[in-house]
Amino acid sequence: MTAISETPALSRHAWLLSDRPTSRAQARAGRAYAVWLRFSDNSLALAGLVIIVALILIAIFADVLAPHSPISGDLGNAHLLPPGTKGYLLGTDDQGRDILSRLIYGSRLTLTVVTLVAIIAAPLGLLVGTVAGYAGGWVDAVLMRITDIFLAFPKLVLALAFVAALGPGIQNAVIAIAITSWPPYARIARAETLGVRNSDYIAVVRLMGASPWRIVLRHVMPMCLSSLIVRVTLDMAGIILTAAGLGFLGLGAQPPMPEWGAMIASGRRFILDQWWVATMPGAAIFIVSLGFNLLGDGLRDALDPKEAGR
Amino acid sequence: MSPLLTVENLKVHYPTRTGGVDAVRGVTFTLGRERLAIVGESGSGKSQTGRAIMGLTPPQARISADRLEFSGIDLLKATPRQRRSLRGGRIAMVLQDPKYSLNPVMPIGRQIVETLVTHSPVGAAEAKRRALDMLAAVQIRDPERVYGLYPHEVSGGMGQRVMIAMMLIVGPELLIADEPTSALDVTVQLEVLDILDRLVRERGMGLIFVSHDLRLVSSFCDRVLVMYAGRIVEELASGDLSLARHPYTRGLIDCIPKIGENRHPLPVLDRRPEWAA
Amino acid sequence: MKPVLSVENLHVRYDDYRALDEVSVTVGQGESFGLVGESGSGKSTLLRAVAGLAPVREGTIHVDGQSLKGSRRPRSFYRKVQMVFQDPYGSLHPRQTVDRLLLEPLAIHDIANAEPRIRRALDEVGLGPSFRFRYPHQMSGGQRQRVAIARALIVEPEILLLDEPTSALDASVQAEVLNLLEQVRRERRLTFVMVSHDLGVVTHICERMVTMRHGKIVEALTSEELTAGAVKAAYTRELLAASKGFVRAN
Repeated sequence: MTAISETPALSRHAWLLSDRPTSRAQARAGRAYAVWLRFSDNSLALAGLVIIVALILIAIFADVLAPHSPISGDLGNAHLLPPGTKGYLLGTDDQGRDILSRLIYGSRLTLTVVTLVAIIAAPLGLLVGTVAGYAGGWVDAVLMRITDIFLAFPKLVLALAFVAALGPGIQNAVIAIAITSWPPYARIARAETLGVRNSDYIAVVRLMGASPWRIVLRHVMPMCLSSLIVRVTLDMAGIILTAAGLGFLGLGAQPPMPEWGAMIASGRRFILDQWWVATMPGAAIFIVSLGFNLLGDGLRDALDPKEAGR
Repeated sequence: MSPLLTVENLKVHYPTRTGGVDAVRGVTFTLGRERLAIVGESGSGKSQTGRAIMGLTPPQARISADRLEFSGIDLLKATPRQRRSLRGGRIAMVLQDPKYSLNPVMPIGRQIVETLVTHSPVGAAEAKRRALDMLAAVQIRDPERVYGLYPHEVSGGMGQRVMIAMMLIVGPELLIADEPTSALDVTVQLEVLDILDRLVRERGMGLIFVSHDLRLVSSFCDRVLVMYAGRIVEELASGDLSLARHPYTRGLIDCIPKIGENRHPLPVLDRRPEWAA
Repeated sequence: MKPVLSVENLHVRYDDYRALDEVSVTVGQGESFGLVGESGSGKSTLLRAVAGLAPVREGTIHVDGQSLKGSRRPRSFYRKVQMVFQDPYGSLHPRQTVDRLLLEPLAIHDIANAEPRIRRALDEVGLGPSFRFRYPHQMSGGQRQRVAIARALIVEPEILLLDEPTSALDASVQAEVLNLLEQVRRERRLTFVMVSHDLGVVTHICERMVTMRHGKIVEALTSEELTAGAVKAAYTRELLAASKGFVRAN
């Protein structure tokens, strides 16, 4: 009697990398998996990812992780204690507040700023860039001149102007930074669109009778996404620094919010004797910016069109 | 007379995430001062063979052979420096599309002179004279004018002739031509082949002609090697296409529509797995 | 034969470059018509002008009795006329699966029953269901070209414009695709307008043809005339001679 032989189930790896996907979901998952494999080959990129994931987790679990309150301090007993003091791992500031707890809660602010700016600026830049690139003619000229106007101002100065007009506060800081961040994305999207516009596969869709909007939204935009994602990720470091700069100038998050830039500003006075008050938030900004840069570089390599089979 | 090139069991392997690809799986042939064609479709390994001999495979490729000798020099054991001096000097290669193989930001004359000077140092005036002579030898009617042009300012056929001039100016003994006329119009193809024919004959060079066009090479070359899936499946003497024995070769000859024949539907290649064994 | 496509005195110019110079051509219904020439002859430009992809300066184009203005085309045109491009690597969107590629024309024209149509389209071009969710980079050149043909046929057009559909394919794959095109034409009673530089392919697929050079029509003739060598123009004779191949000097 012959034993019933089973074809061994494909390992998950093989199933994802199969060149005969049997459903849309499998095809898409396989593609994402291939990108992940390329990404994870790069240890620096993984380090960047770890940092960012840690940032996200810290922000989510801030309530659990922070040993003290970030906004009320023990002025009497805990004034300007150095790092390593019992109960205060990174020391305290001039208001007796635990710096570690402030950094942990501050991560929420950093993450909020970065996410909101990306959500506002990136789609805006993508839309402007693809429309300008595809339409050409006077539409292109007008949109690009508007973009140029925004690009002509130094980012921080322009953000300052907007915040000064709108009033200080973290929401207005986010809006101001977003307004100054979208032009490079428009440029990138336009450059990609110009490259894609004359390709045969776009001509084919035109020949099917697709409207220009359909072509831009469903066929051109997906081709711009890789470059855009990489650029946005690399920009995150700059956005954090701009937010910190605004906070430093007192125009971003208002006290007592534990925004990292504002923390540096208030710690400036004690930098010589109680260096930790300004340095710890500075180090946090440095680490997170580094994380985003490494992540962005890794994404650029992983999303490289040559390897994505373009 | 000892052969110009000896290739024995040449293998080219590309490691990939899913195991690896064997582009060339044991190719053996010798070449004297004659014209040899290597014919195959995409993926047959014909280009990889040519590039492996030239030493121009990508860095991740693993090349191995029992013997790979050019004019007595062991190519596998040669130092990178020796390889470099051979390349362009005694072994030259002409590629398919002059759009991609000529430097777009350098005038044509300068590129030819640069090739010459790299291998045989001569004075500037002498180099220019030889370059102009070479341009005339490839039937360019106005060598002085073309000398100063940029690659994008000349047609495809002329660009390919420039490429040939550039590669032959140093007087190599072996020329590897990788689809030299595939990117050209049909009437221009014949002109360029005429030039190649004459120069190879006059200089007594060995020629390896890599192509997908079996009919073309069988009239141009002395011998034809047919490759499939990294192996040589058949060897033919020129003009002997009708005597082809391997089913792949026969299939390849049969499936091309020719003027005057009325075969509907066209015979289609029935790929047998044993050909790739 | 009832003309289904006619082009009269067409002029196409890109800035200063005259791509088409007073070109007139008529194609009958159900015919297979060839445009033969070398690079720069304007053969592809003529096809693109019919499709609405080239800047037409002067001249008229009539498809199925309907007159077409410049590069603008009504929606109904795109259900009657479809095109297959030369480069199988460039004519499929790199980020879309075959399924999505085939769905697009159906979605644009609001054609119902997408599911069975997609399956039938793949069957018709000899690709099984295992190809349905592949991305272009997971397929060979011949397979991609089959997808391109399936996509062109899924809206059930009457006229198929073919821009060197097999030039970029290996010889053995070319034979398969040419057979497929013939079969499809027979079954659906299509009209073909095919651009090619290869006289063997053109005489195989087409009944009538024109040779073109530098944007002008050189000669109009039938495949039989070409095969028999009954050629009037010197350039056509040159093309015919060149197609015979290389003759060695010694």
